[in-house]
Amino acid sequence: MRKQISAKEAAAMIPAGSRLAIGGFLAVGAPECIIDAIVEAKTPDLHMIVIASDWEDKGVGKLIAAKQIKSAQVSHLGTNRTIQAQMNAGEIDIELVPQGTLMERVRACGAGLGGILTPTGLGTVVEEGKQILTVEGKDYILEPAICSDFALVKAWMADRMGNLVFRKTARNSNPIMAMAGKITIVEAEHIVEVGDLDPELIACPGVFVNYIVQSTEVTNG
Amino acid sequence: MDKREMIGKRIAQEFKDGDYVNLGIGLPTLAVNYIPEGIRVIFQSENGMLCVGPSPDEGCEDKDMINAGGGFISELKGASFFDSALSFAIIRGGHIDATVLGALQVDAQGNLANWMIPGKMVPGMGGAMDLVTGARKVIVAMEHVDKRGNPKILKECNLPLTAKAKVSLIITDMAVIEVTPEGLVLKEIAAGITVAEVVAATEAELIVPEHPHMIGSFGQ
Repeated sequence: MRKQISAKEAAAMIPAGSRLAIGGFLAVGAPECIIDAIVEAKTPDLHMIVIASDWEDKGVGKLIAAKQIKSAQVSHLGTNRTIQAQMNAGEIDIELVPQGTLMERVRACGAGLGGILTPTGLGTVVEEGKQILTVEGKDYILEPAICSDFALVKAWMADRMGNLVFRKTARNSNPIMAMAGKITIVEAEHIVEVGDLDPELIACPGVFVNYIVQSTEVTNG
Repeated sequence: MDKREMIGKRIAQEFKDGDYVNLGIGLPTLAVNYIPEGIRVIFQSENGMLCVGPSPDEGCEDKDMINAGGGFISELKGASFFDSALSFAIIRGGHIDATVLGALQVDAQGNLANWMIPGKMVPGMGGAMDLVTGARKVIVAMEHVDKRGNPKILKECNLPLTAKAKVSLIITDMAVIEVTPEGLVLKEIAAGITVAEVVAATEAELIVPEHPHMIGSFGQ
């Protein structure tokens, strides 16, 4: 069984300077309640691993607006002027990572791999300073795995073993981020008993999940 | 017809029945309005969906249903949802027939620059580098010149690249240009535009077929 905790208790677990892998895509499928609790806890110097920096008032944008992020590995900043301003002012260190590469690097960590070989970024600034390997005549960039201290993810439904079901495009990076946290905390809209979920629909098995938080956002259907 | 709509209509003619296609945000998405009758194109959204449908009516939006640009979408019959790693496996693994993206610059070697202007604008590459690397056909759709009237089709890109030598076709409001090993070949010109005008608006050298009848036209 996985322990159910409050969003506040989840935030209290996270020390300053932690590396956070946070699920969501432009704040859809983002663990908003846990993010709100971290903003309230004012935890500083966080490192963030996310697909996008979301909107100023939604998703991880709230952590950026509160100046709690000191560095990030992210693929898209276009919707958030605050993070671009912080980057230009030298207040935040950004590693821009192609989205597919970011996903595979995070997945690699969760899967016990040291990294991945990808053609994405060849001939661009992305390859600078990295090893290029040739396999069967084709070039690939060696991209190291990305691990986190805490993975914070959002699910539609969770059972008490931490098995997760996602809804529509809110799945996005969540099952991947969940694999790569030393501790993974899921915020779920519905928390159900073991046996209530159709095993065929579980997109993230509970083995990756440590704690469950009840979301205040609840969608039916 | 509006310039952008004309480009959208011309993009749509590139798709075959059953193609899996990823459209970049902005101008490329206009193509969905012009898919010829009898042709079914399956659109991917790289956050994790196939069979993307049109934007829903106001009041019918679902908070868990967005495309890669953050706009609300619907699902068509046959739709599937999956995680972002699988979505990019589809893209990088060569399972997408065509992707259409905008460009800041594109050059005679098929190089594309569309993700940053150093010191000015750094939105990040998002999924663009993977799309351009993995899609079977990369189509650039854009206005032929920038807001100041400067050419965007160059001898060589000087902005940071999105990918090297991956573009195969360029569709603009003035022309359709194919990227070949020999260089850029002028295939079609827009109605009301002359070859000389296209050549003047293009910094890269254009290979212009000798016989005018070998140049098609579009946008009538």
